[in-house]
Amino acid sequence: MTESTLIDRKALTAERQAQIDEIIAANRLRPGALMVVLNETQNRLGFVSEEMQTYIASQLRVAVSAVHGVVTFYSFFTTEPRGKHTVKFCMGTACYVGGVPQLIEKARQLTGTEMGQTTPNGMLTLEICRCVGACSQAPVVTVDDEVVGRIKPTKFPQMIKKLLEE
Amino acid sequence: MAFYRSHVLVSVDPECLKRGAHEVLDALNDELLAQGLLDEVQVLETSRIGDPHRFGPDLLVYPENVHYANLDVDDIPYLVEEHFLKGRTVEKFRAQEKAISDEELGAPKPKEVRIVLRNCGKIDPHNIEDYIAEDGYSALARALTELSPEQVIDEVAKSGLRGRGGAGFPAARKWQLCRQVADNPKYLTCNADEGDPGAFMNRRVLESDPHSVLEGMVIAAYAIGASMGYVYCRAEYPIAVQNLNIAIAQAREFGFLGQNIFGTGFSFDLEVRMGAGAFVCGEETALIASIEGKRGEPRPRPPFPAQKGVWGKPTNNNNVETYAVVPQILLHGAEWYASMGTEKSKGTKTFAVAGDVVNTGLIEVPFGITLREVVYDVGGGIKDGKGFKAIQTGGPMGGGLTAEHLDLPLDYEALTAAGSMMGSGGLIVMDEETCMVDMARFFMEFTQEESCGKCTPCRVGTRRLLELLEKICDGQGVPQDLNTLDDLCHEITQNSLCGLGQGAPNPVISMMKHFRAEFEAHIYEKRCPAKVCRALIHYRIEEQTCTGCTVCARNCPVEAISGARRQAHVIDLEKCIRCGICAQVCNFNAVAVESGK
Repeated sequence: MTESTLIDRKALTAERQAQIDEIIAANRLRPGALMVVLNETQNRLGFVSEEMQTYIASQLRVAVSAVHGVVTFYSFFTTEPRGKHTVKFCMGTACYVGGVPQLIEKARQLTGTEMGQTTPNGMLTLEICRCVGACSQAPVVTVDDEVVGRIKPTKFPQMIKKLLEE
Repeated sequence: MAFYRSHVLVSVDPECLKRGAHEVLDALNDELLAQGLLDEVQVLETSRIGDPHRFGPDLLVYPENVHYANLDVDDIPYLVEEHFLKGRTVEKFRAQEKAISDEELGAPKPKEVRIVLRNCGKIDPHNIEDYIAEDGYSALARALTELSPEQVIDEVAKSGLRGRGGAGFPAARKWQLCRQVADNPKYLTCNADEGDPGAFMNRRVLESDPHSVLEGMVIAAYAIGASMGYVYCRAEYPIAVQNLNIAIAQAREFGFLGQNIFGTGFSFDLEVRMGAGAFVCGEETALIASIEGKRGEPRPRPPFPAQKGVWGKPTNNNNVETYAVVPQILLHGAEWYASMGTEKSKGTKTFAVAGDVVNTGLIEVPFGITLREVVYDVGGGIKDGKGFKAIQTGGPMGGGLTAEHLDLPLDYEALTAAGSMMGSGGLIVMDEETCMVDMARFFMEFTQEESCGKCTPCRVGTRRLLELLEKICDGQGVPQDLNTLDDLCHEITQNSLCGLGQGAPNPVISMMKHFRAEFEAHIYEKRCPAKVCRALIHYRIEEQTCTGCTVCARNCPVEAISGARRQAHVIDLEKCIRCGICAQVCNFNAVAVESGK
């Protein structure tokens, strides 16, 4: 992906701004609104870029540094758009013991993409996450928030290839 | 009120009516009348029971809880005669439902006592009426209309309930401290930021029985005089958040939350706040900072939240499980609750059993049960007939216990004395093929990454600990490292700001104490006795066993395996990355792992 397309994907468009306005309007009076607004923005828009953080700060009348501080503190907030699909690899104890490290290795090779990054075609983001609490189904990954458990190493490549394509 | 020995619920939803539910209903009434059973069996009309396309017309018989499906008018006389007159279930009319298996919970296992988990999987979490039918909100009614706040605190004190978040501080004393502070308004928070890897007790309660937590919170709010509460739930639990929000809306509608609850003039409302993936937010001062919309960094105590919590006001913070137990104590009495458990740890505790045990999942057992009973009776023993090696209690801040601790009773003091802790209730069972150095490294990797970075001992210390452990796992350890580990652990424990830092070295300390020989094997012999640490192992295909099926070669991520079809295969150790996939996929157990010379 070229630099310019990435900037386009991150831009604070009028549409995005309208969505943020809506979120802020619904939560402005809530004490401690910043976390709620950021959570909601991350959920609906998929990321909170620096430009968006500046805008939120101005609307909530807090310092940009305070917003940036919160965004960088919590691992759920991302400053860049994700791929169409996100696969998160559970690194809880049971999954760690149950073979997730091997799945990660496989995924890295299949996609040529490191953990925390998005494939060049913008289809798939690979991430490591904390225990999702489905330990009895280890090894577990989540595909777009859906928990997929008991993954067989032999079936896993097909799953990744499918996500890369559609 | 008339007393009926049986209740029959007939589904009269539109689809069942189309399939003749009315005729079935009439036939049933006629037949019961003819048999003289109308004053013993009550017939009620209800909405859909099962999928009408598959089962309609259908009916449900209580108390047996038998579901009869696809009934026809002609079936009714036989059904009434058999079931209601002779008391025999008619198997041929019973609904053929696919058995729904609940892998997390399932039916109670031996030695389980379910109090917190009693409703999980039994009631519809989206329907407050289901909860009310299980005596829901009657404890709240009792508290608000019959008891003074002090009496509520007294009752909880007598029950011996201790905080289920891990530290085990007596719940009633915490409430009393908060109540005494002369500052208003007061707040109530519920810690649902269950972050320990391998622990999911709270998630299950929030998802399956959210009202029990809400009811406990309203009772606690009444006891301490709080007017507003927050449930702080981690973002990894979207269904829990959703179910909580539904439950809160329904509780408001029924008048169990909001203004003037039960017409007593007591008002309390609740809101769910979501975390965003920070483990340290399970620490109460960090949790409060996060609710306030700030970075979730802990701060020194005192002042304790009971004096200065959310927005600088007195705040009481308890765990999900603590709140969920409270209604049961008020309902059945403090003596009942205190009759279970040990001298200082009363009642039951939920645990998430994970790792190398046959029955993984959630359990709830009375305190005082031994680890052996948990692993072998409740847990069904070690998987694949392997040997027991260790059990980690208390999550990543807890410690590992060995076979010699198996007869230890589960109780706050006993676990602490053994060098571990109760924690929120994660139990990870490890079999003989687990490398303890690797486990120590794994837990340290977790705490290192989750360290918030505010205080130096934790931020830098955990990083140094992790580096040392990685070095040992990589076969680069030197004898001096063991002393350095000891010193570092001591410093971090002594000097960190919050529980995360103070507890971070615990797994390392306990693993080094109980499995020192394993650390030494890594350092002196460059050998991993459990054959786990990648730098110290190699894979070899046994010529005699290998059938040459090529599965391993096809699955090897680095093409390190060669060999012709139906010929023994060979691993190129230079190329091999020791991922172990070949051993996993081999159907003939022909791939051996070796360590050392």
